[in-house]
Amino acid sequence: MSLETRLRSVGKEARRTQAAPVGDPVLDTHEKTIFEKLIGTQAFWVTMALLIICVVMSIREPVFATEDNFFNITRNFAFIGVMALGMTPVIITGGIDLSVGSVMGLVAIVCGLVLLKQPIPWMPDWWNDATWTHSWWMALALGLLAGVIVGLINGVLIAYVGLPPFVVTLGMLSIARAVAVVLSGNRMLYDFRPDQAPKFKIIGGGQNLGLDQLFGADFPFRLSNPFLILVVLTITLGIVLRMTGWGRHIFAIGGNEQAANLTGVPVKRVKVQAYVICSLSAALAAILSVGWSGSANNSLGQSYELLAIASAVIGGANLMGGEGGAYAAFIGSALIFVIRNSLLMAGVDSNWQGLFVGSFIILAVVLERIRGKRRE
Amino acid sequence: MAVLELQGISKHFGAIQALIDVDVGLERGEVLGLMGDNGAGKSTLVKVIAGNFPPNGGEIRIDGEVAHFHRPVEAREKGIEVVYQDLALCNNLTAAANVFLGREIKRSIGPIRWLNHGAMYKRAGELFGELKSETRPRHLVRQMSGGQRQAVAIARTRLSNAKIVLMDEPTAAISVRQVAEVLDLIRRLRDSGIAVVLISHRMPDVFAVCDRVVVLRRGRKVADKAIKASSPEEVTGLITGAIHVA
Ligand SMILES: Nc1ncnc2c1ncn2[C@@H]1O[C@H](COP(=O)(O)OP(=O)(O)OP(=O)(O)O)[C@@H](O)[C@H]1O
Ligand SMILES: [Mg+2]
Repeated sequence: MSLETRLRSVGKEARRTQAAPVGDPVLDTHEKTIFEKLIGTQAFWVTMALLIICVVMSIREPVFATEDNFFNITRNFAFIGVMALGMTPVIITGGIDLSVGSVMGLVAIVCGLVLLKQPIPWMPDWWNDATWTHSWWMALALGLLAGVIVGLINGVLIAYVGLPPFVVTLGMLSIARAVAVVLSGNRMLYDFRPDQAPKFKIIGGGQNLGLDQLFGADFPFRLSNPFLILVVLTITLGIVLRMTGWGRHIFAIGGNEQAANLTGVPVKRVKVQAYVICSLSAALAAILSVGWSGSANNSLGQSYELLAIASAVIGGANLMGGEGGAYAAFIGSALIFVIRNSLLMAGVDSNWQGLFVGSFIILAVVLERIRGKRRE
Repeated sequence: MAVLELQGISKHFGAIQALIDVDVGLERGEVLGLMGDNGAGKSTLVKVIAGNFPPNGGEIRIDGEVAHFHRPVEAREKGIEVVYQDLALCNNLTAAANVFLGREIKRSIGPIRWLNHGAMYKRAGELFGELKSETRPRHLVRQMSGGQRQAVAIARTRLSNAKIVLMDEPTAAISVRQVAEVLDLIRRLRDSGIAVVLISHRMPDVFAVCDRVVVLRRGRKVADKAIKASSPEEVTGLITGAIHVA
């Protein structure tokens, strides 16, 4: 017997003895109630923390609880929230996507170039002359397409070629940003076509999804489109993860990829889809962001990958895979932004924020470890 | 006609020869015991049959037709079900989710399809009941005992009408009472015409349910006899190499 064989058998024996119980264990007949399950989740405690911070801030800073501040915070966290939602399936499969911030920059530039007044020197004349190639829907379509392409490249390299997600998406972080800088000629794009740009800007800059205008009614509340889109996407992802075969497979891959493969889960295809969805969510965040700010900058989204990952993890996603949820991503990003907002109001230098975000990620992972230990 | 016929199967992992020129035939309603020391190649043989990796040489025939499996699902579609030695379970999912992994029960309205959790919990509960296991469909596999995990892996093979069931040490981690249940299940499978391959290190189990025993030693088949024509002593000798060939 070779040494390797021997080692393998020793490992097997160890596993076998570990798994062997003496008879049936006394069964735990106690099914957990919904409330017990709820307080066992990280998302629940993050929600509590968020509420407490909001209450404290409302008492200390009168501006905090104003409608305007609420409108702004919910809009600002929506961009990261959307990305955190997209990141969630990837994290659940045990992967990671570091390229989402750069995808935002790339997609912003693609949208900006389509909407730009001036002709693009390196595009053919027919493209520059036509009007449909500069329409708001073309900007939307090409922006999303750019996201899909990046996601496909990431996904195929990871799932089919078998490269580690960390390496592939780190490379893509650099590539997508470089392409954005080159395409934009390293300029900020803001000189948009007056007939098309407003229609594009309303997507990210508008409010109440335009429903109040549609019905000619006065809504008692005012919520930004990005935030409402975030809410809709959170609900959608929540349903998809819980109620579809795809969602089940995402969790299975994160739990035991080998087992998922053996039982007939199309592991590679599902992984590619997860990376495409992740990139697509970054593209959407970029489109919303360009609409809101009215300009396209190739530096958009720099270091946002960290915020998106932190949001998902703080809400309870497990970086080792197998755990995570839509509401977790939502509430995680909300907590980060409320803390940011609170620090700003309290007069803390904004340069300190990175320290808080970083500490939060580490804290979230430590909490996960502790929960994991308790389960064993 | 044999449901499963292996001819000259070889498999190597780099320099390790895991299987060398193995021939095995299996009839309907036959229970074959596959024995051998650690590292003899038993699991490798099961994985070759189940489509986990193609053999380097040789031919697999199912009902007389040559089969080339590239993925485990293809073998399953041909009626081959497997209980893997490491059980192949996802710890973060419930027992029921694991049983139905890759073939979830769904409801649909038009093109929209969603999981039918209720039906899966119910069916998984019935399957565990048949196995006389106390496994609960809603419990996470992470929190389960070795025996309960094994029940989940075995319950999986009962979802479809399999022709061949391969069990890689299905009784390794379970209690005496549950071993009896698994052996009973194997007899029931046999009576309904299913062919079973049972890998086990437990001599009494093999002699209790198997019709035939095949012994592998260092990747080679060293014995293939009717159980009635053999004895535990002989098989032990064959496994260890004290007896060379039978
Ligand atoms: N995926 C693999 N890669 C490399 N070598 C492998 C692999 N799978 C099995 N082997 C080697 O092939 C040989 C046969 O292993 P196999 O798992 O089939 O043994 P086994 O008879 O099932 O043993 P056990 O009783 O311990 O389960 C061993 O030498 C093992 O190290
Ligand atoms: Mg084995």
